[in-house]
Amino acid sequence: MSSSVYVAGLGVISAIGNNVAEHLASFEREEAGMGDISHLDTIHRNKLPVAEVKLNNEELAAKAGLPADMSRTASLSLIAAREALNDAAIPNINDFRTGFVSANTVGGMDRSEHFFIDFIEDNSKGKLRNVFDHECGSMTEIVADQLGIKDFLTTISTACSSSANAIFYAARLIKNEVLDIVIAGGTDALTKFTLNGFNTLMILDDEFCKPFDEHREGLNLGEGAGYMVLVSEKVAKTLAKQPYCKLSGYNNSNDAYHQTASSPDGTGSYLAMKGALEKSGLQPTDIDYINLHGTGTPNNDSAEGTAIKRLFDPVYPPMSSTKSFTGHTLGASGGIEAVFSVLAIKHGIIYPNLRFETRMNELPFEPEKTFLKGQNVNHVMSNSFGFGGNCTSLIFSGI
Amino acid sequence: MKIYIRSSACISPQNTFGNENFLTGIVEYNGTRLKAIEPDYKEFADPKQLRRMSHIIKMGMAAAMECLKKGNTEMPGAIITGTAYGCLEDTVTFLTRTIEQNEELLPPTAFIQSTHNTVAAQIALMLKCHNYNNTFVHKGISFESALLDAMMLLKEQEADNILVGGTDEMTDTSFTILSRLGLYKRWPVSNLDLYATKTRGSMGGEGAAFFLLTDKASENNLAELTAIRTIYKPENLEDIEKRVESFLAENNLKIKDIDLVITGKSGDTAHDDIYEQLNVSLFNGVNLANYKHLCGEYPTSSAFALWLASNIIKNELVPETVIERNAKNTTPKRILIYNHYQKIYHSLMLVSAI
Repeated sequence: MSSSVYVAGLGVISAIGNNVAEHLASFEREEAGMGDISHLDTIHRNKLPVAEVKLNNEELAAKAGLPADMSRTASLSLIAAREALNDAAIPNINDFRTGFVSANTVGGMDRSEHFFIDFIEDNSKGKLRNVFDHECGSMTEIVADQLGIKDFLTTISTACSSSANAIFYAARLIKNEVLDIVIAGGTDALTKFTLNGFNTLMILDDEFCKPFDEHREGLNLGEGAGYMVLVSEKVAKTLAKQPYCKLSGYNNSNDAYHQTASSPDGTGSYLAMKGALEKSGLQPTDIDYINLHGTGTPNNDSAEGTAIKRLFDPVYPPMSSTKSFTGHTLGASGGIEAVFSVLAIKHGIIYPNLRFETRMNELPFEPEKTFLKGQNVNHVMSNSFGFGGNCTSLIFSGI
Repeated sequence: MKIYIRSSACISPQNTFGNENFLTGIVEYNGTRLKAIEPDYKEFADPKQLRRMSHIIKMGMAAAMECLKKGNTEMPGAIITGTAYGCLEDTVTFLTRTIEQNEELLPPTAFIQSTHNTVAAQIALMLKCHNYNNTFVHKGISFESALLDAMMLLKEQEADNILVGGTDEMTDTSFTILSRLGLYKRWPVSNLDLYATKTRGSMGGEGAAFFLLTDKASENNLAELTAIRTIYKPENLEDIEKRVESFLAENNLKIKDIDLVITGKSGDTAHDDIYEQLNVSLFNGVNLANYKHLCGEYPTSSAFALWLASNIIKNELVPETVIERNAKNTTPKRILIYNHYQKIYHSLMLVSAI
């Protein structure tokens, strides 16, 4: 089994930027991406803030080089995956066994919603082109074809931990010597389906979200995609550019408490963080920054905070929820936040947790409030927890 | 390391569940769609839980529980599922209400249960299983991706007794849409004549098949899961042949060492040409079997094929209904499953006697 898996390239798109450089600039300016709904056609416009990517479907498709009627999910995916691949600057990926492991939660639902309007009226109606790529796997296939990846592709869907699991699975494909290079991460576009779904659960904040704050009232939905190019040690040695870091730890545990709610003591989150630390051979005190799942819902932040207390007490590393910038990008969040975690190591950054005011009563710690540069950040933990009790933690370590 | 299939359970359009007889009393369907025969679920969950569960959740949950029971395992080391379409019934329910009720007064239950990981999550919840839990959703290789995950976990010594399953449900809506997309036959046929009709389209199908994988040898194991491979968009028939041969060679085998090839022939003339050609080229002289007349065509039907292969090996019997060609009389010790979904995703699974 091959020893280490390296991160050789990064790509990201979200409400705060269309690429890595724009994200770093938005973080430094402490500028959040939420606002009124402008692209999604919904009755919740001007009522529920969301973090939309600032391009309409046609602009996104054009930027990606895809047909104008393409699902937003695929366009977002291709833009970020291509950036990651270009960033890795591997002379010829076809010299190696290369794969694409992507994640999303609702596939081409944004197009299916159009199809269903006509289909419900009359089952012989509805433009089939709009439903043809409904499946989650279709998004991955469209992007893999554009990137010229044929050796291996698959898709993972474990709700909000989806793309953390994609990165995790990709790393293991390399360790098991199935592949040499894998582009891994995830994508999700805002849809009426998810916006209304989360709205029925009454966990959306009608103001900008306040993760880990005593007075937090819910999450804001976001959209985007985040990918990294993972390479084996053998491939890393052939590259002109030094890899960003290693993926040193990972764990997937299940809360097994409730289909949507987290257990009060955060069992799943605790097991995921603890397992990832064990895998990396690190101690809690070695962690320099935690990128929290931190959705801003009373339930998640309480469970995650309790689990962190149990594992890290009494020494807490700096931590923050970058969802205070990007909103909760669901199946993309693990990929997007993994990219942020790697950038934290590369640039010595701690991201601020925007709008934080009051420490949670039950916790002896609070998130970082300001953007910090020039920090010594060597080991970063990234948390992603989802419906179905799916909890995954990743740890990235500098080389 | 050798990987064994310790137990299996399968809910399908045949009497495959809770039945000691192996594929006897084949059920004939006249139409274009095969529906799963549902067991009495009360044995597996209480009525309150069952009322909330959709068709796919019930099928997946019951197949998983039965598989654990047969493998004498209370707590699996990991739970991994593959499903191309996920929880379609709940997805369509929530989507339809969203449109019809103009996004107002929507109940949350259908949304909550629409996520693709619901089956794996419900199994974990029922067992209070905190272990590794994953769901793959990649079209015609969703189940194969899950199986590869399970095999890697065993090789990494991260877990034992891994519960892995493939499951998809066919709803009236998905059947209508997929029929419009040309996947299924336009006129009713008998599933027992599926391969003789020589028309476009297959018969729709559905089901759930679960397996318990271990690296521990035991005479109670069903079979050895020797190897698996997925192939995306092969260039042509020669490319497929080359890849099948190299897959076998990596396992120190030649095609003459294979006692039975189970192919994914679906009765769709546009897709079966690949099998027809292979059957007279690379697979020439090899015993052949088909399975889609029993379970219908769906993206995770290869899980049914693996259930079939492992039980053929365990029972030392090839059921009459699956035989396409009996070139030589042997008790199958090595079975190759070759399936393709829509000619895009091809998969190979090698199953051996223990």
